[in-house]
Amino acid sequence: MSLAGRDDDPDRLYTLTGGRSRPSRDCFDLVTLVVGEAEPAQGMQSEHAAILRMTRRPVAVVEIAADLRLPVSIAKILLSDMLDAGWISVRHPQSALGVAQLPDHTTLEKVLVGLRDL
Amino acid sequence: MDSAISEVLPASRTPLSQTADNGLKIVIVGGFGVGKTTMVRSVSDIRPLNTEETMTQAGQHLDDLRAVPYKSSTTVAFDFGRISLDTHTVLYLFGAPGQERFWFLWDRLFTGTLGAIVLVDDRRLADSWYAIDRLEHHRTPFIVARNDFGGKPHSLTEVRDALDLEPQVPLIDCDVRSRASSKQVLIALVEHLQNLMTARENTV
Ligand SMILES: Nc1nc2c(ncn2[C@@H]2O[C@H](COP(=O)(O)OP(=O)(O)OP(=O)(O)O)[C@@H](O)[C@H]2O)c(=O)[nH]1
Ligand SMILES: [Mg+2]
Repeated sequence: MSLAGRDDDPDRLYTLTGGRSRPSRDCFDLVTLVVGEAEPAQGMQSEHAAILRMTRRPVAVVEIAADLRLPVSIAKILLSDMLDAGWISVRHPQSALGVAQLPDHTTLEKVLVGLRDL
Repeated sequence: MDSAISEVLPASRTPLSQTADNGLKIVIVGGFGVGKTTMVRSVSDIRPLNTEETMTQAGQHLDDLRAVPYKSSTTVAFDFGRISLDTHTVLYLFGAPGQERFWFLWDRLFTGTLGAIVLVDDRRLADSWYAIDRLEHHRTPFIVARNDFGGKPHSLTEVRDALDLEPQVPLIDCDVRSRASSKQVLIALVEHLQNLMTARENTV
């Protein structure tokens, strides 16, 4: 199996990201939702094509990392390249946390209603 | 290579709604074998997934990293699941190991999180001391849930004392193998968050 994975030796991961250890943008939370905006195409890096196939519906960054079996930090580098290329769009968490990290009442109420309906 | 990738993609996992646009986080911390993965599994819409986060050693410069890529980093695995709460809101649950050496993972997970659940096994309470310290330090709201491993040698008051919990921190019993019980733990956390907010508003 030739898919890059977390068990790969460091050189493989290094190649995958062009040797970078950080994304060009630091805008990805684990739960930032990613939506594909392009079709997988010939000649694309295979991981990019794989991400486009899995983001036909919104998918969180952490799910993408898990499915690609890559560390989250590597997935973020791939995603930031794709964002730069316009191949994906992102939906950031909206719960702007206030002082001492408390979310707003509306969000909490929504969460409670959702949980009680489970 | 392309074909290899499509083979390992998940065959079917309940996809999110096309309109999903707000990811929320709750973290479940606790010692080895305390039931973190079981709780994630009990309440999630999907089977728990697993991934890992890496921390680069402090003081490492980018140039050094280029020289020795990824070799100077620490890696920790965690699992997670998700619950679609409505067509816009998705709650992600992260199960994170409670050991001290994983502090960097929690600091990352705690950022922007609604709150945390500390799962405890009351035969091994000391396993959760460090996690509780860290949460207090980080000012992340949390509740403590004692998982039911049979036989209850301690009262909840004894557990509260042993953990040195502030009086306002809820401490409840649970059996995370049960979906209903896990759901109650989540609800208890969110109600605690509401109380904290109301208390804060009343003091302003
Ligand atoms: N009796 C009892 N057993 C439980 C309960 N919750 C989990 N277990 C069992 O305890 C074992 C460990 O549970 P896990 O959910 O894997 O615990 P964990 O915290 O994810 O463990 P690590 O990830 O290894 O740290 C499993 O065999 C579970 O079936 C519970 O409420 N009661
Ligand atoms: Mg586990």
